[in-house]
Amino acid sequence: MSAYFPTMGLEIHAELLTKSKVFCTCSAEFGGTPNSRCCPVCSGLPGTLPVLNQKAVEYIIKAGYVMNCDISRFTKWDRKNYFYPDLPKAYQISQMPRPVCLSGTVNINAGGEDKIIRINRIHLEEDAGKLVHDDVNRVSLADYNRCGVPLIEIVTEPDFHSADEVIAFIEKIKLLLQYAGICDCKMEQGSIRCDVNISIAPKGSDELGTRTELKNLNSLKAIARAIEVEIERQEELLENGERVIQQTRRFNEQLGETTAMRSKEDAHDYRYFPDPDIPPIIFTEEELEEIKSSIPELPEQRVARYVDEYGIKKADADIIVGDKRVCDFFDAAITVYNNPKAIANYIIGELMRRINLGEADMDALKFGGAEFAQLVEYMQTDKISQANAKTILREMIENGGTPKEIADRDDLWIKEDNDLLAKVVDEIIANNPKPVEQYKNGDQKVFGFFMGQANKALKGAASPKAIQEYIRKKLSE
Amino acid sequence: MDLIRTRIRDLRKALDSKEISAVELCGEYFKRIEAVDKDLLSYITVTKDEAMRSAENAQKLIDEGKSSALTGIPLAIKDNICIDGVRTTCASRMLENFIPPYNATVIEKLNAQGYVLLGRTSMDEFAMGGSNQTSAFAKTKNPYDLERVPGGSSGGSAAAVSASLAPAALGSDTGGSIRQPSSFCGVTGIKPTYGRVSRYGLVAFASSLDQIGPICNDTRDCAVILNAICGHDRHDATSAKAEVPDFTEKLGQPIKGMKIALPKEFYAEGVDEAVKDAVMNAAHELEKQGAVLVECSMPGLKYAIPAYYLIACAEAASNLSRFDGIKYGFRGEGRTFEELIRDSRSRGFGEEVKRRILLGNYALSSGYYDAYYKKALALKQEIIRQYNRIFEQADVILTPTAPTPAYKIGSQDSDPVKMYQADICTVTVNIAKLPGVSTTCGYTESGLPIGMSIIGKRFDETTILQCADAFEQGFVPVAPKL
Repeated sequence: MSAYFPTMGLEIHAELLTKSKVFCTCSAEFGGTPNSRCCPVCSGLPGTLPVLNQKAVEYIIKAGYVMNCDISRFTKWDRKNYFYPDLPKAYQISQMPRPVCLSGTVNINAGGEDKIIRINRIHLEEDAGKLVHDDVNRVSLADYNRCGVPLIEIVTEPDFHSADEVIAFIEKIKLLLQYAGICDCKMEQGSIRCDVNISIAPKGSDELGTRTELKNLNSLKAIARAIEVEIERQEELLENGERVIQQTRRFNEQLGETTAMRSKEDAHDYRYFPDPDIPPIIFTEEELEEIKSSIPELPEQRVARYVDEYGIKKADADIIVGDKRVCDFFDAAITVYNNPKAIANYIIGELMRRINLGEADMDALKFGGAEFAQLVEYMQTDKISQANAKTILREMIENGGTPKEIADRDDLWIKEDNDLLAKVVDEIIANNPKPVEQYKNGDQKVFGFFMGQANKALKGAASPKAIQEYIRKKLSE
Repeated sequence: MDLIRTRIRDLRKALDSKEISAVELCGEYFKRIEAVDKDLLSYITVTKDEAMRSAENAQKLIDEGKSSALTGIPLAIKDNICIDGVRTTCASRMLENFIPPYNATVIEKLNAQGYVLLGRTSMDEFAMGGSNQTSAFAKTKNPYDLERVPGGSSGGSAAAVSASLAPAALGSDTGGSIRQPSSFCGVTGIKPTYGRVSRYGLVAFASSLDQIGPICNDTRDCAVILNAICGHDRHDATSAKAEVPDFTEKLGQPIKGMKIALPKEFYAEGVDEAVKDAVMNAAHELEKQGAVLVECSMPGLKYAIPAYYLIACAEAASNLSRFDGIKYGFRGEGRTFEELIRDSRSRGFGEEVKRRILLGNYALSSGYYDAYYKKALALKQEIIRQYNRIFEQADVILTPTAPTPAYKIGSQDSDPVKMYQADICTVTVNIAKLPGVSTTCGYTESGLPIGMSIIGKRFDETTILQCADAFEQGFVPVAPKL
């Protein structure tokens, strides 16, 4: 057991899902040919002026509400001044003393334990561009497409004491932002990014140790690993009688180590001051109320509704709601076939199983909830056997198409053909006198043997119910 | 056609009556520019080809009877207002080859009327200065005495109008940059209320103080241009949604009963006797027309210069940071980004610009912010309160525009603080976001113009225009002999 305990706080940047950028009308979409999504304003040409995107303001207020923050009635913007080639104005428009959201709370569950994480503040700012370093030609190229994409920065209090808590929090934040329609939270595209402030102190100590800030954390896995590695590094320093230096450190995923980027002494003086181009905003109660009431159903409410209204098990509802894409898929499915329990079961039991096996990808499914619902309906109403349903689902995953098309094409319908049923079952009974004898002597278990044989031979051409009835009838003759 | 001090409304008549065509008219101006500007140096760029093309288009409108107030009227534009496809230098080496891909909103508005661009007038580099001597390209002279400064920073615009190298021009005013050169060059210029005119496309010096305005031969012409360029702009969040009046509506109305405040601090030590006399004479002239003179005080004036320079330089330091040699403009040398930016800025900017960037960054530095920038903001509030108190008892305020008439080139270069002090009469108007018009009220014995400023309540340009016009009706201006 370590003699130290870690303390962590997070700074999470999330790009807002607004159509246009925060201070101009350029598209805020990810990617694009370099410098195709910029204009005189976001590329910082002389004389241009920023005009605040009201949608971005609406989104940050929503973010504040879903994290139980106080929304400032008076908010304003500041300039954060520093030189960098990806920042064309040489200042970032951000918020210093008057952020939109202050002091919130988010509930998490880490390792089975409930915990409340306090939010210090959330503010609205603009993203910077991107530099591409061409090592061959020894040049750096600037792409300003991302310049001016609206960002919120969520700053937590130092309430975390394990990597598990950090991961649980980020997962919760992702869900909240996704369900509220604020951010798509694609870590791999950088639409949500997380910096970790981390320090360790001897167990039982009231004071926090000197902290370092970890950057360049591109996945949950990287975050967990970086925290682990940095705690070890700090422990080693203290054990050796050295001290931790306050600095920013970059995590190198390949090497699995953190390296110093800059220390406190090199820290910028950002010379914050109120941006004279953007008038402060004063919100009225009516405006805030309207925004609050437009927030869609959040994950916890949704789980409760699925349990109460649909009778889905809490654990199953948690699984479905735990992935917004799955949840949207489920919602689409139940509008086509109103049997939430059956659909939930088949999503969890079959679709997600295959996704977990890596056979399918939720982001690139070749069919929607509607097609999936039809398949479940066919199965539930004895039009397609379970075995054939699996075959159809595999076909849908691989090549797309509707269940009906596939069943027609591959002859997978239950046909209710009594002659065929009679012929097959009669044959099985005739060929297996011993199990027949056992059954007649009261051994019910062998019934399963006949069902299995019949299913195999009929290949889904008859419904299980019809097979069952016919076998029972024959065996009692 | 005689161009000397010819007013927009005279040109309008000549164009509409076909006495002269738009093409001929701008050709006349170019002839005069060629003859005179090699000594005066009021223009950085003359846009002859573009002018001829737009004059032809304007003529079509005139021929079709579709002309508006500025159709076919040639204008000069200060070189810090962006024009699509036309080099916009801010009189700085940094932007020597910068060609904006977009139009400032004021240019869009002038284009909508079919104006004709004569060229880009010189200025102090990035509008920082009051003499035009910090221009990297054309250190403009005073048309009344070529050994003297034209004022600044809109010195090129004022000199061009004064010397009849343009019938009118646009300038910009951050701390007096329209009014002071208008005063030095014997013409009329107005800084509108902050927010009246869109700043979109004006290369920012100090964003909370900058305002575009016209420099003309008289107040009536100023009103015509204001009618064209004012109004809310969705590209400028600080542009006002206030209703835009017809700025000519009060011109010619008697000023009987108008209360004119004379704050004594503006007439104190440091202001030339000749200037005081001329402004007081004008005050009495207005009194004769029925105005009532009100004595009052603005004790905060003594803090105006430090407050102004702290706010203006802080904003400028941030606004000018974008000139890093990476995207456009002057590019120095260096192996790393830091080296490149250091070299670009060291060589691209002139001394005065660098001085103000340093001053501004110092004032915003951590540890100094509260002592300087925050205090300056508090002083700004106090100055606003003192103006409000004066306006409780007066309709307009009358002050000298500058403590002295135009001074000799080079005479003030050695002491920047002394040079800053010369802005004492104008900066508070920007700080308080008020409108102010400067017009000529007399001449020194050696014939140098003296200007007076009339300051109004926010968005009450019509009253100061009425007052300035009332004075001009009884005043005979003297054009420079050029």
